[in-house]
Amino acid sequence: MADDNRNFTLKIITPDRVFYEEEVSMVEFNTVEGEVGIYKNHLPMTMIIAPGILTITRGDEVREAALHAGFTEVLPDKVTILAEIIEWPSEIDVARAKEAKTRAEERIKEHAPGTDLNRAELALKRAVARIETVRD
Amino acid sequence: MASMRDIKRRKGSIQSTQQITKAMKLVSTVKLQRAKQRAEQSKAYFNCMYETVTSMLARTGGLNHPYLKAGESEKKAIIVITSNRGLAGGYNSNVVKLITKGDFKKEDLEIYAIGKKGKDTLQRYGYHIMEENSDIIEEPSYVDAMAIGRKLLDAYAAGEIGEIYLAYTGFKNTVVHEPKLLKLLPVEAAENADTSQETGSKAMMNFEPEDDEALDMIIPKYVTSLIYGGLVEACASENGARMQAMDSATSNAEEMIDHLSLMYNRARQGSITQELTEIIAGANAIS
Repeated sequence: MADDNRNFTLKIITPDRVFYEEEVSMVEFNTVEGEVGIYKNHLPMTMIIAPGILTITRGDEVREAALHAGFTEVLPDKVTILAEIIEWPSEIDVARAKEAKTRAEERIKEHAPGTDLNRAELALKRAVARIETVRD
Repeated sequence: MASMRDIKRRKGSIQSTQQITKAMKLVSTVKLQRAKQRAEQSKAYFNCMYETVTSMLARTGGLNHPYLKAGESEKKAIIVITSNRGLAGGYNSNVVKLITKGDFKKEDLEIYAIGKKGKDTLQRYGYHIMEENSDIIEEPSYVDAMAIGRKLLDAYAAGEIGEIYLAYTGFKNTVVHEPKLLKLLPVEAAENADTSQETGSKAMMNFEPEDDEALDMIIPKYVTSLIYGGLVEACASENGARMQAMDSATSNAEEMIDHLSLMYNRARQGSITQELTEIIAGANAIS
């Protein structure tokens, strides 16, 4: 019983589909303010997501996904993630992510006029998140 | 009365037209199913997005954020979503009418066209087309919506445009589609009038980062999601409209074929009767 009580509903929605909907015990991800882990009965909160790994813990089972952009609404017994881009490891093209990583790194290093540094940094973060999700 | 051969030829041509419209109807029916499913799947996202944004705006009502008040520029950007192909009844012209009949000044408008038909028509009327992205209507993706959204938001932030609108066809159900004009930016506070009924859990929502910054990040996502929603709905409406148009074209062709068949048979009967009369008259003359 005690176990059941620690679970809450996690719902991940993307513009194309409902990505994930399950009772889980913990969820971790990156926000613009830093990394967070959420258990049941969290304070109601809306957070903006930063590129990183999303970890879903459900009993003994742990699943990971690369979460790139969106925001999340946390309620005591429900967490809704509105993800603009999210991928399971199986959906990630590692070669492409590595390519994107080197490209973004170069762009930041050169810092040629006209390059959008913020955008390059975001691209780099996304690529890193993808690569790490697959490696784990 | 037209000759038998003329009627036959006419009937043949209508028949082959009917075959085309029938096939097109089938194609759009299939496409409609897919587009409809897509529109439904994405609904959850938009509802949630809308709720969050309205509850946020309710809290930050008095905030003097650039996204909440009209820009200084007179220019207005309109994203016009139409189809690339015709034969969809009034689908495209209804969207164009929103703009030509609306109370906009032609000089103030900058059209961001998605869909060739709308772009061509507006260009003919002398509107200023800023950009055309007609390919994306075939297979709307969120990334495309993001690209357009970012461009518009940049222009908005730079003060090049004061307001952003979205003109598209909303999909109510398979037979009802209504052209809609939506104001994307600035976000209007009036639409949040009913937020007082929000549930308690929403009312005490905390934001991380703080309201102002969160608004900065969420509004672009909100705009993007509206654009994507518009694309998906317009896609469904296009196929719905085409299906209806082709359905009535097919039944009209059926009607014409019936009528022509009747005329043809009458003409045939007439010619047989005439021939008979001639033979009998000839036989009578000999005897």
